[in-house]
Amino acid sequence: MNNYEKRIKNHPILEIVPGEYITFYWNKKPLKAKRGEVIASALIANGIDVFNHHHKDGSPQGMFCANGQCAKCAVIANGLPVKSCMIKVSENMIVESIEGLPELPALYDKITIKDIETVTTDILIIGGGPAGLSAAQELAKSDIDGNRLSILIIDDKHELGGKLVLQTHKFFGSQEDSYAGIRGIDIGKKLAEEINNFPNCSVWLNSTALYVFKDKKVGVLVNGIYKLVAPKVILNTAGAREKFLSFLGNSLPGVYGAGAFQTLVNRDLVRPSQRLFIIGGGNVGLIAGYHAIQAGIKVVGLAEALPRCGGYKVHVDKLKRLGVPIYTSHTVLHAGGEETVESITISEIDKNFHPIDGTEKSFRCDTILIAVGLESLNEFTEEAIKAGMQIYSAGDSQEIAEASSAMFNGKIAGAKIAKAMGADVSDIPEDWYAKAQVLKKEPGIISQERQKETYKFNPDHPEIFPVIHCFQEIPCNPCSTVCPFNSIILPGDPIMDLPVFKGKCTGCHQCLLICPGLAITLVDYRQDKEYPTITLPYEVSNYLVAKGNLLRVVDIDGNHLGELPVMDVITNKRSKTQLIKIKAPKDIAQKIVSFRLQQEIDTEPLKEPLAAAKHSDESMVCLCERVTVKEVRELIKKGVTDINQVKAILRLGMGPCGAKTCTNLIKRIFREEGIQEQEITPNTIRPVFVEVPLKHFAGND
Amino acid sequence: MIKSYDVIIIGAGSVGVPIAMALSANKVKTLVIDKLPSVGQDNNKKAIGGLRATHSDKSKILVGLRSLEIFSSWYEMYGDDIQWMQNGYSFPAYTEDIALQLKNTMEIQHSYGLDISWITPEDYNELVPGINNNELIGSTYSPKDGSASPLLAINAFYRKSLENGCSYKFKECVHEINIMDGNMITIKTDKGEYTAEKVINAAGSYASEIGRLTGFELPVQPDNHEAGISEPVARFFGPMVVDIRPYRKSANFYFYQNFEGQVVFCLTPDPPILGIDNESTSEFLPLIAKRMTSVYPRLSNLKVRRTWRGQYPMTPDGFPIVGESKDNPNIIAAVGFCGQGVMLGPGIGEILSRLVTGEMSDLDKEILAGFSPYRDFNSSELLK
Repeated sequence: MNNYEKRIKNHPILEIVPGEYITFYWNKKPLKAKRGEVIASALIANGIDVFNHHHKDGSPQGMFCANGQCAKCAVIANGLPVKSCMIKVSENMIVESIEGLPELPALYDKITIKDIETVTTDILIIGGGPAGLSAAQELAKSDIDGNRLSILIIDDKHELGGKLVLQTHKFFGSQEDSYAGIRGIDIGKKLAEEINNFPNCSVWLNSTALYVFKDKKVGVLVNGIYKLVAPKVILNTAGAREKFLSFLGNSLPGVYGAGAFQTLVNRDLVRPSQRLFIIGGGNVGLIAGYHAIQAGIKVVGLAEALPRCGGYKVHVDKLKRLGVPIYTSHTVLHAGGEETVESITISEIDKNFHPIDGTEKSFRCDTILIAVGLESLNEFTEEAIKAGMQIYSAGDSQEIAEASSAMFNGKIAGAKIAKAMGADVSDIPEDWYAKAQVLKKEPGIISQERQKETYKFNPDHPEIFPVIHCFQEIPCNPCSTVCPFNSIILPGDPIMDLPVFKGKCTGCHQCLLICPGLAITLVDYRQDKEYPTITLPYEVSNYLVAKGNLLRVVDIDGNHLGELPVMDVITNKRSKTQLIKIKAPKDIAQKIVSFRLQQEIDTEPLKEPLAAAKHSDESMVCLCERVTVKEVRELIKKGVTDINQVKAILRLGMGPCGAKTCTNLIKRIFREEGIQEQEITPNTIRPVFVEVPLKHFAGND
Repeated sequence: MIKSYDVIIIGAGSVGVPIAMALSANKVKTLVIDKLPSVGQDNNKKAIGGLRATHSDKSKILVGLRSLEIFSSWYEMYGDDIQWMQNGYSFPAYTEDIALQLKNTMEIQHSYGLDISWITPEDYNELVPGINNNELIGSTYSPKDGSASPLLAINAFYRKSLENGCSYKFKECVHEINIMDGNMITIKTDKGEYTAEKVINAAGSYASEIGRLTGFELPVQPDNHEAGISEPVARFFGPMVVDIRPYRKSANFYFYQNFEGQVVFCLTPDPPILGIDNESTSEFLPLIAKRMTSVYPRLSNLKVRRTWRGQYPMTPDGFPIVGESKDNPNIIAAVGFCGQGVMLGPGIGEILSRLVTGEMSDLDKEILAGFSPYRDFNSSELLK
């Protein structure tokens, strides 16, 4: 099942640069890598998913976080144990799997020992994503007595933009404040370019903050050189961390977080999967599903524990229309497979989230994506407070919300810091705070009434008009700002309210092209009063749709409405959204939102659920040190309430990731055992944020 | 109803827990009180796990030897793995002065039966392949020393003491200690009141404060040390390496590869950083990295996983204070272990248990004489 093209050669949104291929060796076998890509991506592109076997129990390990945070992807590269998701492949690199503990090679090169440089700056911004960059812009413009503030932005990636660079979809939010309607990747580029215009703003890429020390210095590994930064103020915009789940098989290669999956698919253009199953119906999981389809991956299903997906309805609708079954009130029981994921078993759950016997369903899949929520990355904030430093935070490290909100509250944080540092700036307008509140609002209830009204056939319809399939309040308004005739309005709140069409329409398609939810279609009766032309936005161009094709058109929930031929396909280079024209009988014209891509046979469960799929205490809590739920539960039953004691006995949280993955899972076991949060002593967090070779602290690169 | 015990130990750490284990094994009704939420949560968990009898005086050597016996036989005796490993200790000498000091100390060590020898740079390179041989004069090597996980060991001792019937009160802070008529001692905490015939102060960094509550002045002053641990790799060297040369803002530093394959390292700041401060400074990593990579260049590519800071409860001469108060022999100190509570705790536990039950041998008495609270504190331990 590994025999398919792993390189993405055709993508509706991302530009495919052919690139140069170099040779490297995997366990002595020569393979090709794209110059500049990391080892992990090169291996996956060559069909290699198992990178090492854990020294404790021999379990297979592969890529997991794609972020340098854990060490599941460890390999030996040119003799040294490294995290393969962080190290680029070089020509003729000898890469080997790790079986047991890796050997630390003898050292042949002399190392030179140097003192560590301390760099001073007014403001250190940790994280060059949407919040950090927006704050930097605000700060860079501010003067104190005619002097500009010095700003240093550090980011652990090789380019600015944070997670925006992985977002191929168009953004929600408001056009005026957060670039709504533009794709995340393009917003990222735009923000980064603007930063380059400020000479007082320095950027260090490939730079990881390691700790905020008590002597008010921040340790940063800058491209392999260790430096100390002594800022007056820190802004933490380091983002968020993904939560994980414990289930049988959760450590198999092929189980990813959404971030890792998007990194492979959207950054490295590597397709790790043919058949993906998603756990979690928030925006992250829903969008990742859409990205997978854009990358030519079948999405077998999506399971959400709650009775309704927490993400935006337009995202849910998009997946349903493409033919992705959504299983609400379901949880994952088991990832099957010996060395990599081969199947998933899910089951329905009751009100208390307990699996219901007899409702198990198994599917064949090679990848499972876990998108069960994010938590703020707040350790730098806590460290800075302990050190007595001035610290602010914005974006996800302050509060989990959409990137549009991160940009806006980054801007507010920037203005606040400038003001606090004595810059000559006016007070922050009250309406900024109000807007910030709106941008982070949770989606509202679904308006059945509006939906009914929209799909009711009106004999007095205009000759041409957009149908807006948007029935849930979300902070989003680009359709209203793009219409050249101002015919789409949000009568209530200018960002939150549901849009309505009223007035003139010439069929310019602007609203179709800008809607992030692909939730606007155009119905045109000008040529045919009985069979109007319907225009549908489409952006999965690698599933080619051409004139004459028969499409299985569907309504908003993905229900079949008929098979209709394509009249025309308009390709719009700039927006990358294609417009598909079909003709339909007038009684269904308004109801058609899209057409089905995936066939039922692609997503059907296996005839019988796979055995041995019960939810079990044998599942892992600590992937690094291989600690099971059962072991933790036994200690809790003996009366242990101090997580540090659990750690002392089981080594849980002592691995390379530093309890970043297991903390939530342990708390959950305590909850299951009826222990209140306030009775639990949390584990202590210590330096350093990621593992770093000793030589860097000695001044070597 | 106030609960009454034979002995109350203040401090559930490296010293208090093994004392509790030994007492309860001797059927002494024991309570341990600690202000933290579980065992070993102050400095026990900061210890790097080196266990040695390689000290410079009789009392410590003998207690060290007995403790090593307890650690090394634990798995056979009780079945739980505390990751004991007999990997030895080494003190390499890079200056003539240090070589001479070490050799002189070896004479004392030999006289108490310690297995320690002087080895050549070449032999040392066999034990620690790739260690810097430049200017290396030689090294001591004591093969019977070893290491264990302080975390697993204290939890094993804790479990054993529970089996023996010992009680623990966690998250309780001792506020008052009163000596009542009839010699009963009452201890008041923020949560309750307990009485006992004897009280043992095993409060580590807080030894002076607890001592003061009983009028037993103890010259214990915590100072800060920083330590770290690497990723695990296949075993590539044997013994603990202790480099006692001073360098910049540090006195000695030491490291070894533990049972898990992780290199654990620690550094003694000089001048000492007094007080209790667990927050890491930016100075530690560059300093220890320089020292480690120059003495052992092979460590350069080893990834540092975590660092932390802890305290050595120091005494003026570097030796522990163990013994009864002159004013009231029911008040007993087991404090000031100067960072060696883990490696001396089990041996001390047995002696104190015999002290409480009145079964001390002449040798026990001789050992405790070396740790007397009333000694002059003018000598100095070379191998701190």
